[in-house]
Amino acid sequence: MTDTHTCMTAKDFTSNQEPKWCPGCGDFMVLQQLKNAMAELCLKTEEVVVVSGIGCSSRLPYYINTYGVHGIHGRAMAMASGLKAARPDLSVWVGTGDGDALSIGGNHYIHTVRRNLDLNVVLFNNEIYGLTKGQYSPTSKVGLRTVTSPNGVVDHPINTIALTLGAGGTFVARVMDRDGKMMKEIFKRAHNHKGTSIVEIYQNCPIFNDGAFGPFSDKERKDDTTLYLEQGQPLVFGANGSKGIRLDGFKPTVIDLEASGVSKDDLWIHDENDLIKANILSRFFDDPNSTGEFLPRPFGIFYVEDRFTYEAALDAQIDKAQEKGEGTLEELLAGNSTWTIN
Amino acid sequence: MSDTAILNNNDMVISKTSVSVLFAGDSGDGMQLTGTQFANTVAVYGSDLNTFPNFPSEIRPPAGTVSGVSGFQLQFGTTGVYTPGAKFDVMIAMNAAALKANLKNLHHGGIIIADSDGFDAKNLNLSGYGEANNPLEDGTLNDYTVFKIPVVSLTRQALADTGLSVKIIDRCKNMFVLGVLYWLYSLPLETTIETLQTKFKNKLDIANANIKAVQAGYNFGDETEMFSQHGRFCVAPAQKKAGVYRRVTGNEASAIGLAAAAKKAGLKLFLGSYPITPASEILQTLAGLKKWGVKTFQAEDEIAGVLTSIGAAYGGALAATNTSGPGLALKTEGLGLAVILEIPLVIINVMRGGPSTGLPTKPEQSDLLMAMYGRHGEAPMPVIAAMSPVDCFYAAYEAAKIAVEYMTPVLCLTDGYLALSSEPMLVPAPGDLASITPVFSPERKADDPPYLPYKRDERGVRPWGIPGTPGLEHRIGGLEKQHETGHVSHDPENHALMTRLRAEKVAKVADIIPDLTIDNGPEKGDLLVLGWGSTYGAIKKAVEQAREGGLDVAHAHLRYINPFPKNLGAMLGNYKKVLIPENNCGQLLSIIRDKFLIEPVGFSKVQGLPFNEMEIEAKITDILKEL
Repeated sequence: MTDTHTCMTAKDFTSNQEPKWCPGCGDFMVLQQLKNAMAELCLKTEEVVVVSGIGCSSRLPYYINTYGVHGIHGRAMAMASGLKAARPDLSVWVGTGDGDALSIGGNHYIHTVRRNLDLNVVLFNNEIYGLTKGQYSPTSKVGLRTVTSPNGVVDHPINTIALTLGAGGTFVARVMDRDGKMMKEIFKRAHNHKGTSIVEIYQNCPIFNDGAFGPFSDKERKDDTTLYLEQGQPLVFGANGSKGIRLDGFKPTVIDLEASGVSKDDLWIHDENDLIKANILSRFFDDPNSTGEFLPRPFGIFYVEDRFTYEAALDAQIDKAQEKGEGTLEELLAGNSTWTIN
Repeated sequence: MSDTAILNNNDMVISKTSVSVLFAGDSGDGMQLTGTQFANTVAVYGSDLNTFPNFPSEIRPPAGTVSGVSGFQLQFGTTGVYTPGAKFDVMIAMNAAALKANLKNLHHGGIIIADSDGFDAKNLNLSGYGEANNPLEDGTLNDYTVFKIPVVSLTRQALADTGLSVKIIDRCKNMFVLGVLYWLYSLPLETTIETLQTKFKNKLDIANANIKAVQAGYNFGDETEMFSQHGRFCVAPAQKKAGVYRRVTGNEASAIGLAAAAKKAGLKLFLGSYPITPASEILQTLAGLKKWGVKTFQAEDEIAGVLTSIGAAYGGALAATNTSGPGLALKTEGLGLAVILEIPLVIINVMRGGPSTGLPTKPEQSDLLMAMYGRHGEAPMPVIAAMSPVDCFYAAYEAAKIAVEYMTPVLCLTDGYLALSSEPMLVPAPGDLASITPVFSPERKADDPPYLPYKRDERGVRPWGIPGTPGLEHRIGGLEKQHETGHVSHDPENHALMTRLRAEKVAKVADIIPDLTIDNGPEKGDLLVLGWGSTYGAIKKAVEQAREGGLDVAHAHLRYINPFPKNLGAMLGNYKKVLIPENNCGQLLSIIRDKFLIEPVGFSKVQGLPFNEMEIEAKITDILKEL
């Protein structure tokens, strides 16, 4: 694992299939950083399986030179769960989108997260249905006008991070598609985490929802709208770190560090192992375009918990049952109670 | 049924060749347990037997009412017993509702053993008879032999000195009745006593109370004058093949069949499943086989059940999923994926009455067309059907063999009747089971030519290239694949080719399935009764009886429905008429008419009840009259 001389390179993880994503699609960055992370993790191409559902993002397996299965709509998590339960030795990655994971596959999403199989889920969220040409998705903002919401979306959007924490997630992170370095590091952390890792990626769809995340990526606005989470560090944002978040009881408040004279040491210190704080952070979900009180949108690792994995627990039960040896075919056929006729 | 009276120990013992018994009582009375105990005893004694539980879909419907009656029917005998009996000879009625619900199915002149304590004013009112109309007293049952036994009172007397509460003592009343029945049929108590000792090994007082109750019932038979004018009965053990036997229900047999197939193939078994009646026991049985390395995954729904199995199959496991009708409907999209991925997968569908939730606890054979055609796109897959509880073992085993050796999902049909019925199974030796040979793609070196995951062998089968194998890295999925490479392809000609190749592969399964044989009757003649699935016992009995009556009729039973055995067409041509009895509106009939362009006679029963031999025999007689 640490012997870099025998490690494969990102190029080794490049398949012979040409990605058929639109020019400017945020998916390209995810693909590149996945390959970089896999190479840096010194994974072998034969021990990795990339599983996906349906949608633009779910074409991911075709473009990585590992094992891969492109499944059916919404069911990637279920397929990956069966694969991992049967083959705990493999490194299993799931590529899925906001529609695939959170709408048609919502049930599988919740249950996969709570079971905590050691899967690495890359959730491409572009707040739109791309492959089916521009219908709104379960994460689309209220009011978004699309082909199926000509008068504006009236569905309340899913807050992925809050949903994942609510389902019992043990590794919960969010990253912007253009933050390649951060993405790669989070992928590596996700791989090393034993349990289901959920990495939500805000991924721009240049065709059907261009600029959906502009408020968090535009140079002139991002300082005031985004909050980067670093373990053990105070929650600071704004130009030159001029603002911070302080926790008054359970209420997060924005502090103007210069005007108030509050020290950074008195701010909320990020602790990725604190579930209560992670839950509060997950509620930093204000619309940056609305007027009124606004908390910046967090990026980075919200929460990490060390909890047993499903497959390890299942294997432990099997090991215990086989303490005195594995059952033979003869024993299986005979069962517990037999009689003999001569 | 030839009865012979023998005088033995001052009791008149009447020898019977077969007896059908129904245990009926309230849902909480323990009738399933009582019936199972009786079945175990006659099985160990050496009888041939067939059992069928019949219970409401509600867990605890109102006590004392007809809708709350739970029944367990079994037939045991000295010759081949293939059904639980069209009607029963003996009925145990624990209360008035049990009598009311089942009297119509008791043979004229049959025996009723009634717990007279269950015919008090309250029970009579709840049952609908009304307290003024006690059938035990008012002449309603004059045509039957009725033994009125105050079971609750006698059980309380027998267990008075145990120190247990009345509530617990009353729960032993079923064991008292069982004891009476053991006496009446000259059967030993040992099997039940041993079972009680094992079952309640940590609750010795409960074990002893139940044992005391069964002994008290037996002694009551000995002491009472009630039976003296009627005598006792005995059923001689069956002339069965020598060997080691166990008793299995169809669901247990299906589970063991899968586990045995995995062992034989050298693969790990994985079952992704969601509980559904009447298929849940397959999941439950396999969940208890961790000593054999079996992995079960109770998924969040039926869709995840099949998809987790597809994932496991992709990873190189022998993967299976089990369900019943509504669950199969949810799985169909996943089955299409398994077809195009060309991976091995076994789907056991335990059919029940439909549509929708339908009759969840009642059997029907109405998912055949769905099994054959219920997928989007051109997605053929092998379909096989089990014929008896024991055959569920062999059907599941063969489904696994076909799945692994042909890299295809295989649908294995059983039904609620087979699933819950039980019969003795001659335990096979491992060497008796057919070999199962997976074909894995071997590891490849860097300078080997590129791996072709969809390059087929002469049977049209692609190899199994499982993750973890160096050099086989490849990507597959639900999008149409290019011939041999497996890459995504939207080429029209390629789609046509791949559609044809997938269908041809399934058709070639016919090369390894045996020719259909005539089960009973002439190779050519007037009438062939063609059956499939759980109608086997009823058809077999009906044809036997019709042939004893001199009718020109034969019976053949289909195990393989897709593809059919190669000789089926020729066989159908050897008879003037073909009769197809089915627990549906004619689904096999449609398939046979479609494939062979003949016009068989259909015989449908869609009551949520299995056929009985009398119905089929009457139909045979009618058809032959018209010929």
